[in-house]
Amino acid sequence: MTEKFINAKGLQCPGPIVQLFRETQACSKGDILCIEVTDQGFKKDIAAWCKKTGNELLSLEEGGGVIKARIKKN
Amino acid sequence: MNANKKTVIVFSGDLDRAMAAFIIANGAAAMGNEVSMFFTFWGLNILRRPDKVKTQKSFLEALFGRMMPRGAERLGLSRMNFGGLGALMMKYIMKQKKVNTLRELIETARALGVKMIACTMSMDVMGLKKEELIDGLEFAGVATYLGEADESNVNLFI
Repeated sequence: MTEKFINAKGLQCPGPIVQLFRETQACSKGDILCIEVTDQGFKKDIAAWCKKTGNELLSLEEGGGVIKARIKKN
Repeated sequence: MNANKKTVIVFSGDLDRAMAAFIIANGAAAMGNEVSMFFTFWGLNILRRPDKVKTQKSFLEALFGRMMPRGAERLGLSRMNFGGLGALMMKYIMKQKKVNTLRELIETARALGVKMIACTMSMDVMGLKKEELIDGLEFAGVATYLGEADESNVNLFI
């Protein structure tokens, strides 16, 4: 199991989920992805994305305009 | 019906509508969906190559070709276009806010495996030839669209 960091700050919709999707395709089951985003829509989008793609949202926090999410690939 | 399939009909050749179509298509692809986009009538202009391509055309076809925008970078806005000034302003603002350009959205769609299908009947009506359109397209008619729409759970007309 590895943990990968994705910097998606500054990207506008649908940039962050496109990048996240590409990264999850490149990693294996059980891997953790940690993504940082400034697009405010991402806060709700990430839950919908995880539900649809069957991945697990481990944590979601926000501070200083940056949304941080940790996702486990299933 | 397959909940993992989405189809989009791109009828409009307006910059804003084309962007909406590609943002939704890319978003859907990033959600793990199979996406097909059908380009018809004015939507075909989004797929035109920016450079002039020499083709055999009738007078009317050539006239049409000159009057329609040549590709993603030359589209106008559906509202507040003001002869292209509105589109320029919009592109300037989008650049400031780091929104992807339509060209970038098209490239992303291609990289994500979004199927882009040009309607051959519309191409014929508008005098657009295959060599005038960008690479990587499929060419088909209404039955192909209906076949794919039948299998998908979301179908948009933009």
